[in-house]
Amino acid sequence: MKVARSERYSGRLLLVLLMAITIVPFVSMFTTALHPSGSVPDGLSWPANPQWSNFVDAFTVANMTALLSSSLFIVLAVVPVSLVISTMAGFAIGHLRIPGWRLLLLLFVFGLTLPFEGIVTPLYYLARQMGILNTRVAIVLPLIGLFMPFAVFWMRAHFANMPPEISEAARIDGTGTWDLFWRVHVPLARPPITSLGILMSIWTWNQFLLALVLVEDPTQRTMAGALGAFQGHYATDIPLLCAGSLLILLPTLVVFLLFQHQVTTALLQGSVKG
Amino acid sequence: MRTLPLRRVRRQAVVGWLFVLPALLMYAAFVLQPVVLTVQYSLYRWDGVGPATFVGLSNYETVLSDPNLLGTIVNAFRLIVFFSFIPVTLGLVVASIMRRVAAGSLGTVARTVLFLPQVIPLVAAGIVWSWVLSLTGIFNQLLTALGLAGVTRAWLGDFDTALPAVGFIGAWVLLGLCIVLLLTGMTKIDPALYESARLDGANAIREFIAITIPSLRNEIAVCLTVTVIAALAAFDIVYVSTGGGPGLATMVPGLQIYVLAFSARQVGLASALAVALIVLVLVVILPIQRLGRGSVE
Repeated sequence: MKVARSERYSGRLLLVLLMAITIVPFVSMFTTALHPSGSVPDGLSWPANPQWSNFVDAFTVANMTALLSSSLFIVLAVVPVSLVISTMAGFAIGHLRIPGWRLLLLLFVFGLTLPFEGIVTPLYYLARQMGILNTRVAIVLPLIGLFMPFAVFWMRAHFANMPPEISEAARIDGTGTWDLFWRVHVPLARPPITSLGILMSIWTWNQFLLALVLVEDPTQRTMAGALGAFQGHYATDIPLLCAGSLLILLPTLVVFLLFQHQVTTALLQGSVKG
Repeated sequence: MRTLPLRRVRRQAVVGWLFVLPALLMYAAFVLQPVVLTVQYSLYRWDGVGPATFVGLSNYETVLSDPNLLGTIVNAFRLIVFFSFIPVTLGLVVASIMRRVAAGSLGTVARTVLFLPQVIPLVAAGIVWSWVLSLTGIFNQLLTALGLAGVTRAWLGDFDTALPAVGFIGAWVLLGLCIVLLLTGMTKIDPALYESARLDGANAIREFIAITIPSLRNEIAVCLTVTVIAALAAFDIVYVSTGGGPGLATMVPGLQIYVLAFSARQVGLASALAVALIVLVLVVILPIQRLGRGSVE
């Protein structure tokens, strides 16, 4: 494609500018985190005496090990279960076309646009009634339910495109539905299942509202919920807040940079189908 | 001989329903049941502890007449300008520039960097930008360096600028997603379309309007759906960066529901606003969905 040199340079300049707007806030956070605890430094200034110890302090104050294990627990409790039950449902609705599948699909699709705020109040009273308020289970169970519309919709799209011949061949060999699902269809569905797993892990890790409402103790929350609490406690000590926030963000950033391609692809497909 | 296949069909239907059952149960228990409960709560006056009094539709009357509650819905629509309009229009421009001038490594790096805000929690975006837009933050530092010290202020704490500032944070988060989505769509457009337009003497802007935008109908609809939901159901960013303030300048329905239900202990009123929000999102999103489906499917 022929592009004028002036256009090429101004276009690249715009891109660099946009990237700067994305990155500079994080750089500002980093330099701020190195200033003496309790001070109010300028937005972007390198300190005379970088206080690397702020990160150590923040690590202890934020109770990072507890936060990490809590978030991991929640992700591990939510994602595998959600993957299994949504894949099974997607298979039945999209491939087996069980009687009433259209109605079921419609029912799940209704949940796609539902804002979490719309149901968080009854979820609080339900959790209290079930005696799980202020435990991680109070985040895990509703989150599995809330992921179902998207996850079922997503897996159904895959199974609806699977040619029926695949199953017919297996049926002739006398394979039951259960074996047909696990031995034939799950291996074939690995790519959409992987993407869905990445998406739900990020969404769980970043879930804020449910953590805020259902669990008071930050060390029993998701990473985003803990971050919110950390900000509430240390809003006045800006260097410490910046150091803590960066630490809390670090796992997400590392995972994103390592699995960049998969994460980007999953998020893109996710928004297209959602 | 004829009953055998029929019995098998019936057996398969039962097995099929068993496959749906776990997902359906979780969905019914933790989504559908709460939706029904929200509607039920909205008909009562209840402080969450004591007995509830049935008040019919009066909570809905309050939602539709109280200027503060209506104000939250107005704010949600104002946020659409920042969360949706800016990322989609700017995204279209940037994506077409990237397609033309940045095919190489700069394009790859730009994709990754611009996607970053999409991966971090919204709470983190709120904290980062609270610092950037604060009195001593880097934004004011930049303005001072440019000789604009007169306009510096705490952007999130000022009645006039708080809502646009919150909107800007949302635009920052959503722009990358829109750019990459639209760019992916653009690579699918047949280059022959552009060739023939050029032969007809069309310039870049004409091309953009006559070919790029119509071909991206689906992608634009997706961007609009995602960003409009993000605007109408905004919570995390507002909670962290302004808490709805100053005054009620940045109060949005999602945060107002939280405040009403858990601080003001007006569970009924909070639920009426919640029902209004659920319906509002549906009413706004359905036409956008139709726009996207029309052309391709």
